[in-house]
Amino acid sequence: MSQANELYQQVILDHNRNPRNYREMPGATHVCHGHNPLCGDNITVYAKVGPNDVIEDLSFQGNGCAISKASASLMTTQLKGKPIAEARALFGEFHEMVKGNLDPETQPNHLGKLKLFEGVKEYSSRIKCATLSWHALIGGPRCRESPVFPSRSGGAFPPS
Amino acid sequence: MTPSYLDIKSQFPVLTKAPAPGQPPLVYLDTAATAQKPKAVLDAMDQFYRESYGTVRRGVYRLSEKATAAYEGTRKKVAALLGAASEKEIIYTRGATDGLNLVAASYGGSQLKAGDEIILSQLEHHANIVPWQLVAEKTGAAIRVIPCDDRGVLDLEAYRALLTSGKVKIVAVGHVSNALGTINPIREMADLAHAAGAVIVVDGAQGISHMPVDVRALGADFYAFSSHKMFGPTGVGILYGRYELLEKMPPYQGGGDMIRQVTFEKTTYQNPPHRFEAGTPSIAEVVGLGAAVDWLQSVGLDKIQAHEHALLQYGTRLLSQIPGLTLIGTAPEKAGVLGFVLEGIHPHDIGTMLDMDGIAIRAGHHCAQPVMARFNVPATARASLGPYNTEADLDALAAGIRKIQGMFK
Repeated sequence: MSQANELYQQVILDHNRNPRNYREMPGATHVCHGHNPLCGDNITVYAKVGPNDVIEDLSFQGNGCAISKASASLMTTQLKGKPIAEARALFGEFHEMVKGNLDPETQPNHLGKLKLFEGVKEYSSRIKCATLSWHALIGGPRCRESPVFPSRSGGAFPPS
Repeated sequence: MTPSYLDIKSQFPVLTKAPAPGQPPLVYLDTAATAQKPKAVLDAMDQFYRESYGTVRRGVYRLSEKATAAYEGTRKKVAALLGAASEKEIIYTRGATDGLNLVAASYGGSQLKAGDEIILSQLEHHANIVPWQLVAEKTGAAIRVIPCDDRGVLDLEAYRALLTSGKVKIVAVGHVSNALGTINPIREMADLAHAAGAVIVVDGAQGISHMPVDVRALGADFYAFSSHKMFGPTGVGILYGRYELLEKMPPYQGGGDMIRQVTFEKTTYQNPPHRFEAGTPSIAEVVGLGAAVDWLQSVGLDKIQAHEHALLQYGTRLLSQIPGLTLIGTAPEKAGVLGFVLEGIHPHDIGTMLDMDGIAIRAGHHCAQPVMARFNVPATARASLGPYNTEADLDALAAGIRKIQGMFK
């Protein structure tokens, strides 16, 4: 089976078809727009952050390819209820995985379902699709405005 | 009627290579981005490096003389291919982009003044837009744009109207649209430009290897293209320019080989074409380009055009039968480009998913964002044809598209 087949698995196709947490969020404490002019992908991420920096609610809306949409959808399901520091560390692992620098089968990680995007590493042109919503949330080149949670250096994943 | 197809796939090593175990064979449908290389070109470059390689136009030893003869020989071959008046009208560049930048900077930079106008078309590749914007900014010239209709055909009435301003000095237009495949009526556009006192610069990147091109019959004052899209190597291209225009143009870049005499007080320059060729050029690549021209001549550009036209008609029929597929670019005069979008599926997903069946197409804006804006799409998928493609390649494309639609249901 080729890498593209592995990439477009049923879970990813399902999240593209029926994206989770796909809604505007009245009362969001943070909103950020992610835009990739190269492929026209447009995603807005909404977050509600409670006391102790916990992400109480997370949603998104927008248009894009299946990879960017499924990635945004899975991001919302994986980060809801987590502290910001954990979200930031998880993005670090996710980013390294899609760049091909972290093998989720052999190296320790907290990626869980996000491992589905490992196939992106075969297509360097698609990394930006997989990370669009994450950049909007955490910060990065694809985030035109200030990100929801600006990145800080040295954010280690807390012990689980 | 059975179309008269060429049978030349076997001359292309990459297209006949056995795939890795478990992998599908390569179906290459991205010739508009870059063309694959026939064995004749690969062998010519290999042999040149092994047997005749040396610097050109500098050495006083036999190896250099031999290399120079091969290098300058390509200039004659290209002049003959284009029907140019002389090989002095053939400038070696790095590619079509470099050639267009050369004309814009040197001809545009020296001839344009504030208030002058440059006409471009809605169909242009960024390489035939941005160099003109750069020179317009420097000189104070203004850019005007010929619109196109929903098929991707240029509005010649609008073009005529733009020319009546009396300020147009340069018309820069593509021979064939890389995103839509539209073949523009260059002869007619050239006549209109000349009658208005303007010169016409033709971006020939998508024209040169798909149909016979005679620059004088087209009325082109400049014609730029890349070697790599005509089955030659990357890193080299050609700018054809009418000699009387080249003669009055200042150098584009300074360096070795483009000078007559250098002192710190004053430097004098070579005549064209060498005035525009600074530094040690891409020697083996120029030799490879010469082999590509020989190869094209041996196959016959009229036969290539007929082959690709028959395939285009076949592919258009096949894709038109797919529900949810919309062809972008339906001009009656069209080269082998099949641009399309699928309802509910992003072109980037189409491109990556077709790759799982070994099918290579382009997905994106094709360096023609104004075209995407005109058709109100962020991107398209594009299958483009070469003389090595077959009906089976297009059958594979259509099957691949239907499979993707099934997966996205």
